[in-house]
Amino acid sequence: MARTAISGRLGERLRWRAATLVGQRDETPGARTLAFDVPGWPGHLAGQHVDLRLTAEDGYSTQRSYSIASAPDGELVELTVQRIGDGEVSPYLADDLVSGDLLEMRGPVGGWFVWRPEQTEPVLLVAGGSGIVPLMAMIRARRQTAAGAPFRLLYSVRSPADLIYHAELQAPDPGLESTFLFTRETPADWPRPPARLTERDLAALAWPPSAGATIYVCGPTGFVESAADLLVGLGHDPERIRTERLGPTGG
Amino acid sequence: MADSSIVDRDRESGSGDRRSEGRNAMAIVSRGFHGRRRPSDHRLPPGQYETRDFPVLSAGPTPRVSRDTWEFAVVTETGVRHSWNWSQLMALPSEHPVVDLHCVTKWSKFDTAWQGVSMDTLLAQVETEAEYVLVHSYGGYTTNLPLKDLLDGQAWIAYGYGGADLPPEHGGPARLLVPHLYLWKSAKWVRGMQLLTRDESGFWESAGYHDYGDPWREQRYQGD
Repeated sequence: MARTAISGRLGERLRWRAATLVGQRDETPGARTLAFDVPGWPGHLAGQHVDLRLTAEDGYSTQRSYSIASAPDGELVELTVQRIGDGEVSPYLADDLVSGDLLEMRGPVGGWFVWRPEQTEPVLLVAGGSGIVPLMAMIRARRQTAAGAPFRLLYSVRSPADLIYHAELQAPDPGLESTFLFTRETPADWPRPPARLTERDLAALAWPPSAGATIYVCGPTGFVESAADLLVGLGHDPERIRTERLGPTGG
Repeated sequence: MADSSIVDRDRESGSGDRRSEGRNAMAIVSRGFHGRRRPSDHRLPPGQYETRDFPVLSAGPTPRVSRDTWEFAVVTETGVRHSWNWSQLMALPSEHPVVDLHCVTKWSKFDTAWQGVSMDTLLAQVETEAEYVLVHSYGGYTTNLPLKDLLDGQAWIAYGYGGADLPPEHGGPARLLVPHLYLWKSAKWVRGMQLLTRDESGFWESAGYHDYGDPWREQRYQGD
Protein backbone atom coordinates (compact mmCIF):
# COMPACT_ATOMS: atom_id res chain seq x y z
CA MET A 1 0.00 0.00 0.00
CA ALA A 2 1.66 3.17 -1.13
CA ARG A 3 1.56 6.38 0.80
CA THR A 4 -0.42 9.21 -0.62
CA ALA A 5 0.57 12.73 0.02
CA ILE A 6 -1.88 15.57 -0.34
CA SER A 7 -0.81 19.07 -0.97
CA GLY A 8 -0.90 21.47 1.92
CA ARG A 9 -3.37 24.09 3.05
CA LEU A 10 -5.23 21.49 5.05
CA GLY A 11 -6.01 23.87 7.84
CA GLU A 12 -7.72 26.17 5.39
CA ARG A 13 -9.42 23.34 3.56
CA LEU A 14 -10.85 21.83 6.71
CA ARG A 15 -12.50 24.96 7.96
CA TRP A 16 -16.25 24.64 8.56
CA ARG A 17 -18.10 26.48 5.82
CA ALA A 18 -21.71 27.47 5.42
CA ALA A 19 -23.49 25.33 2.83
CA THR A 20 -26.82 26.39 1.34
CA LEU A 21 -29.17 23.89 -0.27
CA VAL A 22 -29.77 25.02 -3.84
CA GLY A 23 -31.35 21.96 -5.40
CA GLN A 24 -32.54 18.43 -4.77
CA ARG A 25 -33.89 15.46 -6.66
CA ASP A 26 -35.04 11.95 -5.86
CA GLU A 27 -32.82 9.15 -7.17
CA THR A 28 -34.79 6.19 -5.81
CA PRO A 29 -37.63 5.95 -3.28
CA GLY A 30 -34.94 5.92 -0.55
CA ALA A 31 -32.19 8.11 -1.94
CA ARG A 32 -32.16 11.82 -2.60
CA THR A 33 -29.46 14.01 -4.10
CA LEU A 34 -28.83 17.36 -2.43
CA ALA A 35 -26.94 20.15 -4.16
CA PHE A 36 -25.19 22.69 -1.97
CA ASP A 37 -23.61 26.01 -2.74
CA VAL A 38 -20.49 26.28 -0.57
CA PRO A 39 -18.76 29.67 -0.84
CA GLY A 40 -15.01 29.20 -0.61
CA TRP A 41 -15.15 25.52 -1.52
CA PRO A 42 -11.55 24.59 -2.43
CA GLY A 43 -12.49 21.88 -4.96
CA HIS A 44 -12.28 18.12 -4.56
CA LEU A 45 -11.14 14.87 -6.11
CA ALA A 46 -13.59 12.18 -7.16
CA GLY A 47 -14.00 9.72 -4.28
CA GLN A 48 -13.52 12.17 -1.42
CA HIS A 49 -16.07 12.87 1.28
CA VAL A 50 -17.24 15.75 3.43
CA ASP A 51 -18.20 16.14 7.06
CA LEU A 52 -21.58 17.75 7.72
CA ARG A 53 -22.50 19.44 10.96
CA LEU A 54 -26.07 20.11 11.95
CA THR A 55 -26.84 22.36 14.88
CA ALA A 56 -30.22 22.70 16.58
CA GLU A 57 -31.51 25.96 18.03
CA ASP A 58 -30.53 24.92 21.56
CA GLY A 59 -26.92 24.38 20.50
CA TYR A 60 -27.06 20.58 20.23
CA SER A 61 -25.08 19.47 17.22
CA THR A 62 -24.11 16.29 15.47
CA GLN A 63 -21.81 15.37 12.60
CA ARG A 64 -21.86 12.83 9.79
CA SER A 65 -19.63 12.01 6.84
CA TYR A 66 -21.04 11.75 3.31
CA SER A 67 -19.38 10.85 0.03
CA ILE A 68 -19.40 13.51 -2.66
CA ALA A 69 -21.44 12.46 -5.70
CA SER A 70 -20.53 15.24 -8.11
CA ALA A 71 -17.45 15.92 -10.19
CA PRO A 72 -15.61 19.11 -9.27
CA ASP A 73 -17.84 22.04 -10.23
CA GLY A 74 -16.78 25.31 -8.67
CA GLU A 75 -18.53 25.87 -5.36
CA LEU A 76 -21.30 23.37 -6.04
CA VAL A 77 -21.18 20.10 -4.06
CA GLU A 78 -23.72 17.32 -4.50
CA LEU A 79 -24.31 14.55 -1.98
CA THR A 80 -26.67 11.62 -2.30
CA VAL A 81 -28.35 10.68 0.97
CA GLN A 82 -29.86 7.27 1.61
CA ARG A 83 -32.74 7.66 4.04
CA ILE A 84 -32.38 5.48 7.15
CA GLY A 85 -35.82 5.06 8.70
CA ASP A 86 -34.85 5.61 12.33
CA GLY A 87 -31.85 7.78 11.63
CA GLU A 88 -31.17 11.04 13.37
CA VAL A 89 -29.76 12.86 10.36
CA SER A 90 -30.70 11.24 7.06
CA PRO A 91 -34.51 11.72 7.32
CA TYR A 92 -33.89 15.37 8.14
CA LEU A 93 -31.61 15.80 5.13
CA ALA A 94 -33.81 13.83 2.75
CA ASP A 95 -37.24 14.98 3.87
CA ASP A 96 -37.07 18.25 5.79
CA LEU A 97 -34.38 20.29 4.11
CA VAL A 98 -35.66 22.82 1.56
CA SER A 99 -33.86 25.17 -0.78
CA GLY A 100 -32.21 28.00 1.07
CA ASP A 101 -31.63 25.98 4.25
CA LEU A 102 -28.16 26.14 5.80
CA LEU A 103 -25.84 23.65 7.37
CA GLU A 104 -22.09 23.44 7.90
CA MET A 105 -19.74 21.46 5.70
CA ARG A 106 -16.00 20.87 5.77
CA GLY A 107 -13.72 19.08 3.45
CA PRO A 108 -12.92 17.53 1.14
CA VAL A 109 -11.51 14.68 3.22
CA GLY A 110 -9.70 11.52 2.17
CA GLY A 111 -6.74 11.19 -0.17
CA TRP A 112 -6.67 7.44 -0.70
CA PHE A 113 -10.01 6.42 -2.17
CA VAL A 114 -9.72 8.88 -5.05
CA TRP A 115 -9.43 8.80 -8.81
CA ARG A 116 -7.50 11.50 -10.63
CA PRO A 117 -8.06 12.32 -14.31
CA GLU A 118 -4.28 11.96 -14.87
CA GLN A 119 -4.57 8.22 -14.18
CA THR A 120 -4.41 6.37 -17.49
CA GLU A 121 -4.68 2.73 -16.37
CA PRO A 122 -7.99 0.84 -16.66
CA VAL A 123 -10.34 1.25 -13.72
CA LEU A 124 -12.75 -1.22 -12.20
CA LEU A 125 -15.49 0.17 -9.99
CA VAL A 126 -17.38 -2.28 -7.78
CA ALA A 127 -20.40 -0.81 -6.01
CA GLY A 128 -22.81 -2.33 -3.53
CA GLY A 129 -25.99 -0.35 -2.91
CA SER A 130 -25.30 3.27 -2.09
CA GLY A 131 -21.58 2.54 -2.40
CA ILE A 132 -22.15 3.81 -5.92
CA VAL A 133 -21.98 7.43 -4.71
CA PRO A 134 -18.20 8.08 -4.62
CA LEU A 135 -17.77 5.84 -7.69
CA MET A 136 -20.30 7.98 -9.56
CA ALA A 137 -18.13 11.00 -8.79
CA MET A 138 -15.27 9.16 -10.54
CA ILE A 139 -17.46 8.34 -13.55
CA ARG A 140 -18.55 11.95 -13.75
CA ALA A 141 -15.02 13.29 -13.36
CA ARG A 142 -13.85 10.99 -16.17
CA ARG A 143 -16.62 12.21 -18.44
CA GLN A 144 -16.08 15.84 -17.49
CA THR A 145 -12.37 15.76 -18.31
CA ALA A 146 -12.77 13.48 -21.36
CA ALA A 147 -10.11 11.31 -19.70
CA GLY A 148 -8.96 8.31 -21.69
CA ALA A 149 -8.85 5.69 -18.93
CA PRO A 150 -11.35 2.90 -19.68
CA PHE A 151 -13.81 2.25 -16.86
CA ARG A 152 -15.86 -0.79 -15.97
CA LEU A 153 -18.58 -0.60 -13.35
CA LEU A 154 -20.17 -3.54 -11.55
CA TYR A 155 -23.10 -2.27 -9.55
CA SER A 156 -24.93 -4.64 -7.23
CA VAL A 157 -28.33 -3.66 -5.84
CA ARG A 158 -31.33 -5.43 -4.41
CA SER A 159 -33.79 -4.63 -7.19
CA PRO A 160 -34.11 -2.36 -10.25
CA ALA A 161 -35.92 0.23 -8.12
CA ASP A 162 -32.79 0.58 -5.97
CA LEU A 163 -30.54 1.68 -8.84
CA ILE A 164 -29.28 5.14 -8.01
CA TYR A 165 -28.32 7.22 -11.11
CA HIS A 166 -30.02 4.60 -13.29
CA ALA A 167 -30.79 6.83 -16.28
CA GLU A 168 -27.38 8.47 -16.23
CA LEU A 169 -25.63 5.11 -16.11
CA GLN A 170 -27.67 3.83 -19.04
CA ALA A 171 -26.93 6.85 -21.23
CA PRO A 172 -24.06 6.41 -23.68
CA ASP A 173 -20.69 7.20 -22.10
CA PRO A 174 -17.89 6.00 -24.39
CA GLY A 175 -15.23 4.08 -22.51
CA LEU A 176 -17.54 3.19 -19.62
CA GLU A 177 -19.09 -0.29 -19.47
CA SER A 178 -21.73 -0.65 -16.77
CA THR A 179 -23.15 -3.93 -15.56
CA PHE A 180 -25.98 -4.13 -13.07
CA LEU A 181 -26.23 -7.13 -10.73
CA PHE A 182 -29.43 -7.74 -8.77
CA THR A 183 -29.50 -9.66 -5.53
CA ARG A 184 -33.24 -10.12 -4.92
CA GLU A 185 -35.29 -9.10 -7.92
CA THR A 186 -34.36 -8.58 -11.58
CA PRO A 187 -36.04 -6.84 -14.50
CA ALA A 188 -38.12 -9.12 -16.73
CA ASP A 189 -36.11 -11.45 -18.97
CA TRP A 190 -32.89 -10.66 -17.15
CA PRO A 191 -30.30 -13.35 -17.99
CA ARG A 192 -28.66 -13.55 -14.59
CA PRO A 193 -30.78 -14.89 -11.73
CA PRO A 194 -30.81 -12.72 -8.59
CA ALA A 195 -27.68 -13.41 -6.53
CA ARG A 196 -24.96 -11.67 -4.62
CA LEU A 197 -21.72 -10.85 -6.40
CA THR A 198 -19.82 -14.05 -7.17
CA GLU A 199 -16.34 -14.98 -8.34
CA ARG A 200 -17.87 -15.86 -11.70
CA ASP A 201 -19.29 -12.37 -12.08
CA LEU A 202 -15.90 -10.84 -11.39
CA ALA A 203 -14.03 -13.31 -13.60
CA ALA A 204 -16.39 -12.52 -16.48
CA LEU A 205 -16.74 -8.77 -16.05
CA ALA A 206 -13.63 -7.40 -14.38
CA TRP A 207 -10.42 -6.53 -16.21
CA PRO A 208 -7.99 -9.45 -16.12
CA PRO A 209 -5.33 -9.08 -13.42
CA SER A 210 -2.73 -8.58 -16.19
CA ALA A 211 -4.45 -5.32 -17.21
CA GLY A 212 -3.04 -3.60 -14.12
CA ALA A 213 -6.34 -1.94 -13.37
CA THR A 214 -6.89 0.16 -10.28
CA ILE A 215 -9.91 -1.20 -8.46
CA TYR A 216 -12.26 0.78 -6.25
CA VAL A 217 -14.73 -1.16 -4.11
CA CYS A 218 -17.39 0.65 -2.11
CA GLY A 219 -20.43 -0.58 -0.25
CA PRO A 220 -21.55 -2.10 3.02
CA THR A 221 -18.80 -3.87 4.96
CA GLY A 222 -19.85 -7.41 4.07
CA PHE A 223 -20.06 -6.55 0.39
CA VAL A 224 -16.64 -4.92 0.39
CA GLU A 225 -15.02 -7.74 2.35
CA SER A 226 -16.44 -10.31 0.00
CA ALA A 227 -15.67 -8.45 -3.24
CA ALA A 228 -12.11 -7.60 -2.19
CA ASP A 229 -11.44 -11.20 -1.12
CA LEU A 230 -12.79 -12.53 -4.44
CA LEU A 231 -10.65 -10.08 -6.40
CA VAL A 232 -7.52 -11.09 -4.49
CA GLY A 233 -8.46 -14.74 -5.08
CA LEU A 234 -8.68 -14.08 -8.82
CA GLY A 235 -5.12 -12.81 -8.82
CA HIS A 236 -5.57 -9.06 -8.55
CA ASP A 237 -2.77 -7.31 -6.70
CA PRO A 238 -4.07 -6.30 -3.22
CA GLU A 239 -2.08 -3.08 -3.59
CA ARG A 240 -4.28 -2.07 -6.50
CA ILE A 241 -7.55 -2.61 -4.63
CA ARG A 242 -8.85 0.38 -2.73
CA THR A 243 -11.83 -0.03 -0.48
CA GLU A 244 -14.32 2.21 1.24
CA ARG A 245 -16.70 0.60 3.67
CA LEU A 246 -20.01 2.28 4.36
CA GLY A 247 -21.37 2.30 7.81
CA PRO A 248 -21.76 -0.43 10.36
CA THR A 249 -23.91 -3.32 9.42
CA GLY A 250 -26.05 -5.78 11.24
CA GLY A 251 -28.39 -3.08 12.49
CA MET B 1 -26.12 -7.50 6.10
CA ALA B 2 -28.03 -6.39 3.17
CA ASP B 3 -28.32 -3.55 0.79
CA SER B 4 -29.69 -1.46 3.57
CA SER B 5 -26.49 0.35 2.95
CA ILE B 6 -26.11 3.93 3.88
CA VAL B 7 -24.49 6.76 2.09
CA ASP B 8 -23.13 8.29 5.20
CA ARG B 9 -20.40 6.00 6.33
CA ASP B 10 -21.70 6.22 9.83
CA ARG B 11 -24.63 4.35 11.17
CA GLU B 12 -27.25 6.80 12.11
CA SER B 13 -27.76 7.21 15.77
CA GLY B 14 -27.53 9.91 18.33
CA SER B 15 -24.73 12.09 19.37
CA GLY B 16 -24.65 14.67 22.01
CA ASP B 17 -21.99 17.17 21.63
CA ARG B 18 -22.21 20.53 23.16
CA ARG B 19 -18.49 20.71 23.78
CA SER B 20 -17.64 21.04 20.12
CA GLU B 21 -19.84 24.11 19.96
CA GLY B 22 -18.44 27.48 20.69
CA ARG B 23 -15.16 26.50 19.12
CA ASN B 24 -16.35 27.89 15.84
CA ALA B 25 -17.41 31.46 15.59
CA MET B 26 -19.95 30.47 12.97
CA ALA B 27 -22.29 28.10 14.75
CA ILE B 28 -24.96 27.98 12.08
CA VAL B 29 -28.34 26.71 13.17
CA SER B 30 -30.04 24.40 10.69
CA ARG B 31 -33.70 25.29 10.47
CA GLY B 32 -35.94 22.55 11.82
CA PHE B 33 -33.13 20.30 13.01
CA HIS B 34 -33.72 18.96 16.50
CA GLY B 35 -31.53 15.87 16.70
CA ARG B 36 -31.69 13.20 19.29
CA ARG B 37 -29.82 13.35 22.55
CA ARG B 38 -28.61 10.19 24.21
CA PRO B 39 -28.32 9.41 27.90
CA SER B 40 -24.75 8.21 27.42
CA ASP B 41 -23.53 11.63 26.34
CA HIS B 42 -20.99 11.93 29.11
CA ARG B 43 -18.83 9.20 27.60
CA LEU B 44 -18.90 10.48 24.04
CA PRO B 45 -16.01 12.59 22.82
CA PRO B 46 -17.04 15.65 20.78
CA GLY B 47 -18.61 14.90 17.42
CA GLN B 48 -18.98 11.17 18.13
CA TYR B 49 -22.12 9.03 18.35
CA GLU B 50 -22.59 5.62 19.91
CA THR B 51 -22.94 2.43 17.91
CA ARG B 52 -23.52 -1.07 19.16
CA ASP B 53 -22.20 -2.65 15.98
CA PHE B 54 -18.52 -3.09 15.31
CA PRO B 55 -17.91 -1.35 12.00
CA VAL B 56 -14.98 -2.27 9.79
CA LEU B 57 -12.82 0.38 8.19
CA SER B 58 -9.70 -0.34 6.23
CA ALA B 59 -8.15 0.91 3.04
CA GLY B 60 -7.83 -2.34 1.13
CA PRO B 61 -8.55 -6.06 1.17
CA THR B 62 -8.27 -7.90 4.49
CA PRO B 63 -4.85 -9.62 4.67
CA ARG B 64 -4.97 -13.30 5.64
CA VAL B 65 -2.10 -13.89 8.04
CA SER B 66 -1.29 -17.38 9.30
CA ARG B 67 -0.29 -17.80 12.92
CA ASP B 68 2.37 -20.30 11.80
CA THR B 69 4.33 -17.55 10.09
CA TRP B 70 3.14 -14.61 12.19
CA GLU B 71 5.81 -12.51 13.80
CA PHE B 72 5.88 -9.25 15.70
CA ALA B 73 9.14 -7.31 15.74
CA VAL B 74 10.29 -4.14 17.46
CA VAL B 75 13.32 -2.49 15.86
CA THR B 76 15.06 0.24 17.81
CA GLU B 77 16.65 3.39 16.44
CA THR B 78 20.03 1.64 16.60
CA GLY B 79 18.77 -1.33 14.62
CA VAL B 80 18.41 -3.80 17.49
CA ARG B 81 15.58 -6.20 16.71
CA HIS B 82 13.30 -7.87 19.24
CA SER B 83 10.80 -10.35 17.85
CA TRP B 84 8.11 -12.73 18.98
CA ASN B 85 6.44 -15.56 17.09
CA TRP B 86 2.91 -16.65 17.88
CA SER B 87 3.77 -19.20 20.57
CA GLN B 88 6.14 -16.74 22.22
CA LEU B 89 3.37 -14.14 22.29
CA MET B 90 0.95 -16.67 23.76
CA ALA B 91 3.48 -17.51 26.48
CA LEU B 92 3.50 -13.93 27.76
CA PRO B 93 1.09 -12.84 30.47
CA SER B 94 -2.10 -11.49 28.95
CA GLU B 95 -4.52 -8.86 30.14
CA HIS B 96 -8.26 -8.40 29.58
CA PRO B 97 -8.84 -4.69 28.98
CA VAL B 98 -12.42 -3.43 28.64
CA VAL B 99 -12.25 -0.17 26.76
CA ASP B 100 -14.23 2.35 24.69
CA LEU B 101 -13.34 2.71 21.02
CA HIS B 102 -13.57 5.97 19.09
CA CYS B 103 -13.32 5.94 15.30
CA VAL B 104 -12.52 9.10 13.35
CA THR B 105 -15.54 8.33 11.14
CA LYS B 106 -17.50 9.34 14.26
CA TRP B 107 -18.74 6.14 15.80
CA SER B 108 -17.86 5.17 19.33
CA LYS B 109 -18.37 1.74 20.85
CA PHE B 110 -18.42 1.31 24.61
CA ASP B 111 -17.15 -1.51 26.83
CA THR B 112 -15.38 -3.64 24.26
CA ALA B 113 -13.64 -6.65 25.85
CA TRP B 114 -10.23 -7.69 24.60
CA GLN B 115 -7.43 -10.08 25.44
CA GLY B 116 -3.84 -9.24 24.68
CA VAL B 117 -0.31 -8.57 25.87
CA SER B 118 0.48 -5.17 27.29
CA MET B 119 3.00 -3.14 25.33
CA ASP B 120 4.69 -2.56 28.70
CA THR B 121 5.46 -6.28 28.77
CA LEU B 122 6.72 -6.36 25.20
CA LEU B 123 8.86 -3.25 25.53
CA ALA B 124 10.22 -4.06 29.00
CA GLN B 125 13.59 -5.30 27.75
CA VAL B 126 13.94 -2.83 24.89
CA GLU B 127 16.63 -0.19 25.28
CA THR B 128 15.84 2.97 23.41
CA GLU B 129 16.03 6.73 23.43
CA ALA B 130 13.38 7.01 20.74
CA GLU B 131 10.29 9.11 21.30
CA TYR B 132 8.27 8.05 18.28
CA VAL B 133 6.96 4.83 16.82
CA LEU B 134 6.00 3.90 13.28
CA VAL B 135 3.75 0.85 13.42
CA HIS B 136 3.75 -1.56 10.47
CA SER B 137 1.05 -4.02 9.48
CA TYR B 138 0.75 -7.02 7.23
CA GLY B 139 -0.72 -5.60 4.03
CA GLY B 140 1.44 -2.48 4.16
CA TYR B 141 -0.54 -0.20 6.50
CA THR B 142 1.42 2.11 8.78
CA THR B 143 0.56 4.55 11.55
CA ASN B 144 2.66 6.74 13.83
CA LEU B 145 2.36 7.74 17.46
CA PRO B 146 4.54 8.84 20.36
CA LEU B 147 6.22 5.98 22.21
CA LYS B 148 4.87 7.18 25.53
CA ASP B 149 1.34 6.51 24.32
CA LEU B 150 2.18 2.81 24.12
CA LEU B 151 3.36 2.65 27.76
CA ASP B 152 1.83 2.74 31.23
CA GLY B 153 -1.05 0.37 30.55
CA GLN B 154 -2.36 2.30 27.56
CA ALA B 155 -1.70 -0.17 24.73
CA TRP B 156 -1.81 -3.88 23.94
CA ILE B 157 -1.10 -6.35 21.19
CA ALA B 158 -4.61 -7.80 21.17
CA TYR B 159 -5.49 -11.25 19.85
CA GLY B 160 -8.84 -11.90 21.51
CA TYR B 161 -12.11 -10.02 21.21
CA GLY B 162 -15.37 -10.71 23.02
CA GLY B 163 -14.02 -14.01 24.37
CA ALA B 164 -13.02 -15.40 20.98
CA ASP B 165 -10.11 -15.14 18.56
CA LEU B 166 -9.85 -11.74 16.92
CA PRO B 167 -11.41 -12.15 13.43
CA PRO B 168 -9.36 -11.10 10.38
CA GLU B 169 -11.64 -8.20 9.44
CA HIS B 170 -11.01 -6.66 12.84
CA GLY B 171 -7.27 -7.16 12.59
CA GLY B 172 -6.65 -10.79 13.52
CA PRO B 173 -4.57 -12.66 14.25
CA ALA B 174 -3.34 -9.66 16.26
CA ARG B 175 -3.71 -5.91 16.24
CA LEU B 176 -2.42 -2.99 18.20
CA LEU B 177 -4.99 -1.61 20.64
CA VAL B 178 -4.47 2.03 21.74
CA PRO B 179 -7.99 2.98 22.76
CA HIS B 180 -7.24 6.49 24.02
CA LEU B 181 -6.49 7.57 20.44
CA TYR B 182 -8.74 7.41 17.36
CA LEU B 183 -8.98 3.84 16.17
CA TRP B 184 -6.85 4.21 13.04
CA LYS B 185 -3.86 4.28 15.43
CA SER B 186 -4.80 0.77 16.61
CA ALA B 187 -3.22 -0.86 13.58
CA LYS B 188 -4.87 -4.06 12.44
CA TRP B 189 -2.73 -7.06 11.39
CA VAL B 190 0.21 -5.57 13.25
CA ARG B 191 3.61 -7.02 12.46
CA GLY B 192 6.09 -4.59 13.86
CA MET B 193 7.21 -1.26 15.22
CA GLN B 194 10.10 0.99 14.31
CA LEU B 195 11.30 3.13 17.20
CA LEU B 196 12.32 6.52 15.85
CA THR B 197 14.01 9.61 17.22
CA ARG B 198 12.06 11.73 14.72
CA ASP B 199 8.36 11.46 14.00
CA GLU B 200 7.47 9.92 10.65
CA SER B 201 3.94 9.98 9.23
CA GLY B 202 1.98 6.80 8.67
CA PHE B 203 -0.60 5.96 6.03
CA TRP B 204 -3.58 8.10 7.03
CA GLU B 205 -1.37 10.71 8.66
CA SER B 206 0.33 11.26 5.27
CA ALA B 207 -3.14 11.65 3.76
CA GLY B 208 -4.11 14.54 6.00
CA TYR B 209 -5.29 12.90 9.18
CA HIS B 210 -4.03 14.19 12.50
CA ASP B 211 -0.60 13.17 13.72
CA TYR B 212 -1.79 12.42 17.27
CA GLY B 213 -5.55 11.79 17.06
CA ASP B 214 -6.93 12.50 20.53
CA PRO B 215 -10.71 11.99 20.31
CA TRP B 216 -11.37 14.19 23.34
CA ARG B 217 -9.68 17.11 21.59
CA GLU B 218 -11.33 16.08 18.31
CA GLN B 219 -8.00 15.85 16.48
CA ARG B 220 -9.39 14.30 13.32
CA TYR B 221 -7.40 16.06 10.63
CA GLN B 222 -4.20 18.03 10.39
CA GLY B 223 -4.83 21.45 11.84
CA ASP B 224 -7.61 20.32 14.19
